[in-house]
Amino acid sequence: MRTRSWPKTVLGVVFCAFMLFPVYWMVNVSLTQTGDLRRSTPQWFPTDPTLEGYRAAISQQLPSLGTSLVVGLGCVALTVVIAAPAGYALAILHLRGGKALNFLLLVAQMIPAVVMAMGFYAIYVRLGLLNSVPGLIVADSTIAVPFGVLLYTTFMAGIPRELIHASRIDGAGPWRTFTKVVLPISRNSTLTVSLFAFLWAWSDFIFASTLARSGEFVPITLGIYQYIGNNTTQWNAIMATAVVASLPAAILLVVAQRYVAAGVTAGAVKD
Amino acid sequence: MTTTSVDATGRVSGGAAGPSPAAPGPDRRRRRKPPGTPQTWTAIGFAAPLLAYLAVFYAYPLWRNIELSVHDYTVRAFVLGNPEFSGFEKYAEVFASDSFGTALLNTALFTVVSIAFQYAIGLALAVFFRANFRLSGVLRALFLVPWLLPLIVSASTWAWMLNSENGIVNSVIEAFGGEQINWLTSPDTALTSVIIANIWLGIPFNLVILYSGLQQIPSEMYEAASLDGASARQQFWRITVPLLRPVSAITLLLGFIYTLKVVDVVWIMTTGGPGDSSLTLAVWSYREAFGTGQPDFSPAAAIGNLLIVIALVFGFLHLRMQRGWEKS
Repeated sequence: MRTRSWPKTVLGVVFCAFMLFPVYWMVNVSLTQTGDLRRSTPQWFPTDPTLEGYRAAISQQLPSLGTSLVVGLGCVALTVVIAAPAGYALAILHLRGGKALNFLLLVAQMIPAVVMAMGFYAIYVRLGLLNSVPGLIVADSTIAVPFGVLLYTTFMAGIPRELIHASRIDGAGPWRTFTKVVLPISRNSTLTVSLFAFLWAWSDFIFASTLARSGEFVPITLGIYQYIGNNTTQWNAIMATAVVASLPAAILLVVAQRYVAAGVTAGAVKD
Repeated sequence: MTTTSVDATGRVSGGAAGPSPAAPGPDRRRRRKPPGTPQTWTAIGFAAPLLAYLAVFYAYPLWRNIELSVHDYTVRAFVLGNPEFSGFEKYAEVFASDSFGTALLNTALFTVVSIAFQYAIGLALAVFFRANFRLSGVLRALFLVPWLLPLIVSASTWAWMLNSENGIVNSVIEAFGGEQINWLTSPDTALTSVIIANIWLGIPFNLVILYSGLQQIPSEMYEAASLDGASARQQFWRITVPLLRPVSAITLLLGFIYTLKVVDVVWIMTTGGPGDSSLTLAVWSYREAFGTGQPDFSPAAAIGNLLIVIALVFGFLHLRMQRGWEKS
């Protein structure tokens, strides 16, 4: 089914343009002069682009970008540290009750974030963990951990048994086998899990707006939200912040896309 | 849906590529170890961080949530920790509330309409991209962009596009001689507005899963069908639709479970208003607990638990269906 016809390409470009119009609009508005924002007919193209929106965004939102970066990286670390050994236990060491655990992880993914947020709030109020970076890291990691365990388990179950046996014959214990054989082979899974753990933590709004709403450290999603509440006239600055907040997602995906694609299919033997 | 959709893909591909009897060699099958051997303890050791994590950061918050819903937590009681036990009173209050009927109906509309459009558009695009034309790979990748953006970014962009006076949507409508529509501020259109934005957000997820489902249909089938003179339309209804049924069912069910949980999009665009006009159950729960100056955790927790029950019912349905296919 290889069609080498241009009409389909043209049609595809049209669909794509239609789909990506809001993204274009975000960039367009971010470059618009403040005075032109309230014109009755909006400008379709940034004919007279300005960076004032970006200047305002950077000067006000730099700390929250830093906070989101720290929370995202912390979330990646926590997720991998918990999910990788669990995947090993489930897929290679055949943990007893593994099926039940898998089932629990599926159910865990169905729980609405707002419910988790209330539970965490009730706990954090007592422990004084509200508005703290570690508290937010833990809460955000609950989005990624079940996914991480399931992904590691699926990948590790496909690692050829011969490799594990060979490692055992060489005298390596379970821990050495895990760190020297299984983890290096699972590099692509680690990249995939890290990528999504970071993106989800970076994009999270519900936990941020409930557990970290009035602290010194406000993540970028909340920065934008407070921006909308405070100055509704400066939409170029809001959209500029939105563009900046979208960059890590775009960069990470462009850079890491091949790892994601290679992740599940590439086997150890081919490496 | 940024967060929710991706983990779904992992799950779906996991389910599809999971332990089907034919695929992996016999050496990969489980071998039961006798209990109590060192091997078992090693496995528990490696799983221990996860087990501890699930107990502390999943089970405990959920338990606190149930506790919240069966007590009368005023702000004072919340801080001091001495609430009165109220049994199912809060649930009764929620059911009797004026907002309940509206929220339930809105939730049904929001999920069903969103999913119907997301699925139909996603399927149409998946079929369109199945033909490998020039640039199809690049264009398909670009379609994922809405999925990767933080929800606050998409939701605020949509809010500005739908702005009554300065929004691009109204500008286009007026250019064609239409009247200004108060998308987000009128009770008649608020729900429609958030549904439109949510459909846009969900298309990439449907496209990805349905496209990967299409890849598993052998192209010989289509070739044979066109040799027999079947039209494109016949091929779609006789081959694509029936063979895609399992993938479709999973896509729709996961879509349902995840749309049920949506708070951010609605909250950022309309906060469930004006009045209750775009209020869904999840947004209602959020509003009671965090959305007003006066947090009311007990009813919020009751609504949240109700949501869990609904999600679980459909979740079990999903698992049963998946198991059914693995057997067949």
